[in-house]
Amino acid sequence: MSEHGNWAEWVYIGVVCALLVWVGAEAWNVERLVEHVPADAEVIKVTAQQWFWSFEHEDGTIEIGELHVEKGKAYKFEVTSKDVIHSFNIHDYVVLIDAVPGRINTVWFAPDEVAEHEIQCREYCGLLHYNMRAKLYVEGST
Amino acid sequence: MVLELQKPRPIWQIMFSTHHTDIGLLYLITSLAFFFMGGALALAMRIELFLPGPQIIADSMTFNRMFTVHGTTLIFLFILPFASAVGNYFVPIMVRYKDMAYPKLNAIAFWMIPPAGALIWLGFADFTWYAQPPYSVISSPAPAADMWIFGLKILGVSSVLGAINFVVTILKCKHPDLPLSKMPLMAWSFLSSQLIIIVAIPTFAAALLMLLTDRMGVSGFFDPAVGGDPIAYSHLFWFTFHPEVYVLVIPAIGMMYEIIPRFSRKPIFSHSSGVFAFIMLSLVSFASWAHHMYATGMSFTEKTVFMIGTLAAVPASAMHVFNFLATMWGGRIKFATPMMWSIGGIALFFSAGAGGVVNSAMPLDFITHDSYWVVGHFHLFVMGTIAFGSFGYAYYMFPYVTGRMYNEKLGQVHFIFSFVGAVLVFFTQHVLGLFGMPRRVFDYPPFPEWIAMNQIITFGAFLLAIGAAIWLGNFVYSMGKGKPADMEDPFELGGKYYYPYQSKTPHHVGY
Ligand code: HEM
Ligand SMILES: [Cu+2]
Ligand SMILES: [Cu+2]
Repeated sequence: MSEHGNWAEWVYIGVVCALLVWVGAEAWNVERLVEHVPADAEVIKVTAQQWFWSFEHEDGTIEIGELHVEKGKAYKFEVTSKDVIHSFNIHDYVVLIDAVPGRINTVWFAPDEVAEHEIQCREYCGLLHYNMRAKLYVEGST
Repeated sequence: MVLELQKPRPIWQIMFSTHHTDIGLLYLITSLAFFFMGGALALAMRIELFLPGPQIIADSMTFNRMFTVHGTTLIFLFILPFASAVGNYFVPIMVRYKDMAYPKLNAIAFWMIPPAGALIWLGFADFTWYAQPPYSVISSPAPAADMWIFGLKILGVSSVLGAINFVVTILKCKHPDLPLSKMPLMAWSFLSSQLIIIVAIPTFAAALLMLLTDRMGVSGFFDPAVGGDPIAYSHLFWFTFHPEVYVLVIPAIGMMYEIIPRFSRKPIFSHSSGVFAFIMLSLVSFASWAHHMYATGMSFTEKTVFMIGTLAAVPASAMHVFNFLATMWGGRIKFATPMMWSIGGIALFFSAGAGGVVNSAMPLDFITHDSYWVVGHFHLFVMGTIAFGSFGYAYYMFPYVTGRMYNEKLGQVHFIFSFVGAVLVFFTQHVLGLFGMPRRVFDYPPFPEWIAMNQIITFGAFLLAIGAAIWLGNFVYSMGKGKPADMEDPFELGGKYYYPYQSKTPHHVGY
């Protein structure tokens, strides 16, 4: 570098580094906020197995292949698997966490609109991975 | 440069040779053959995904086996052997030694590849190229899975033997008049990538053995049913394979360093910043492996550490891009085929890097992870950067290997089809990922946006396939019937200073 006495390269590297620091700091901050689970979140136990999803609410009701939640409430998913690794994904709400056998991973969300969404598996889990789907129904409060 | 194809020899003479250019030729032919085989699988998968519902592939298991073998083949049997081909031809010449340091070891390292390729293709395993347990332990059918494990085992040994050979050739057999600091950047790219191999591979080699014994039921390292931890495997896997992606990309950058200055008819802008960036890349490549594992349930601190490690690799890559652009700046650029591939490769390398920054920012990774975005992202590297750089280099070395010229027009047509195809396929895959389509799926629900994007992607894949077919025809025809190349200056660049480190033997163009 020095043999060219080049300022252009230094400016360029400086700009790149500044951008990276900005992206990193921003990401750190957002992730910190996103990971903070509200204290009043209702727990839903999510169990993955080849090749379907089951959901257990706090009151003990169990749903398979579909999940009903209420708009305006916060929910904390405790996700695990009975066989291989899957990944629990509600893409519309950027909910994504691996379902790992022997572990419980948590993730939370607070649906804000009455609508239907797709729940899918995002980690390869074999034969019917492509079809390991469920429906999320966000309903108005009753 | 030895002109293998100009003075025909019986095939067995090449096969049993230990001369570096013969081994280089064997690597070259093998890697290109595997490229076309892996590419055929890609095209079949793209046809399948053109519409929702089953199309041409019988069932999802077949599809799963196809993407597993496609990925394994193109990484381990195309890209790596292609780099070894180039290294075998050029590294000894660049360090001015008569051969590789250990010629017999060199031949052995090559000859491990065909049996490994046979194991992978005859087995046709289905557990993706990650072989992630517990799926790979409890669910993946034998014997395919075990054949894949043995195949990878053999390839790992072959890589390490090859790497030792390159490192010793460069460090110990280099001509005493040639200081390391003046060594061509392509030789530097081999030194740094091969050092990464030696440090990185043993970890996965251990993990493969553990996987095998888990499958045999005599251990339970990764099987939670008996107290093992599948995430431990992910760490071992990515500790090897994140650095490995730099093993794949660094030689391709090195090849561009050969092509860009010559076809810009200007010396490299800065040799020392190229060297510095290679060293940086090989060091920081070890600091980011778990950025593939944000969604496995890592703590906030772990994620932060690996995000920083990942971002740290960006400036070095950006330095290479700068070096290329500054070299071209004000040069008398000759837009011949090798140069077009290099320029296209740099453009896609830049896009791939930008996408990588997005993946590494943890909240954004939860949008992109394991979606089609990731497929588009890593293909911008493997196809857009590495394969493009390699294809350019294949054109560049063609006259030196065969003594003949390829058809320049067809070479450019190959590039244009491939560039347009790559942009259509890989950029669209990014968007499809943002719309939520998961990767590694045989079929998808009929959402209109997903269908439209899948069709664009398949169309682009056909452009890539047409380009590749033109390439094959061009090379096969020109090998025997192309017009004899002017070996002093096959690309009509003129002037000896385009070969800066050649000042000792200015007329010896092919080194
Ligand atoms: C010629 C253009 C190419 C096309 C159209 C193509 C297409 C595909 C497709 C359709 C998949 C399956 C994606 C999924 O469902 O997850 C895939 C996966 C993959 N491809 Fe390619 N590919 C191409 C070139 C390459 C090259 C050059 C490489 C590497 C050097 C490569 C490496 C991989 C890998 C590692 C996977 C992942 C396999 C897995 O999920 O286990 N591809 N490709
Ligand atoms: Cu799955
Ligand atoms: Cu990585």
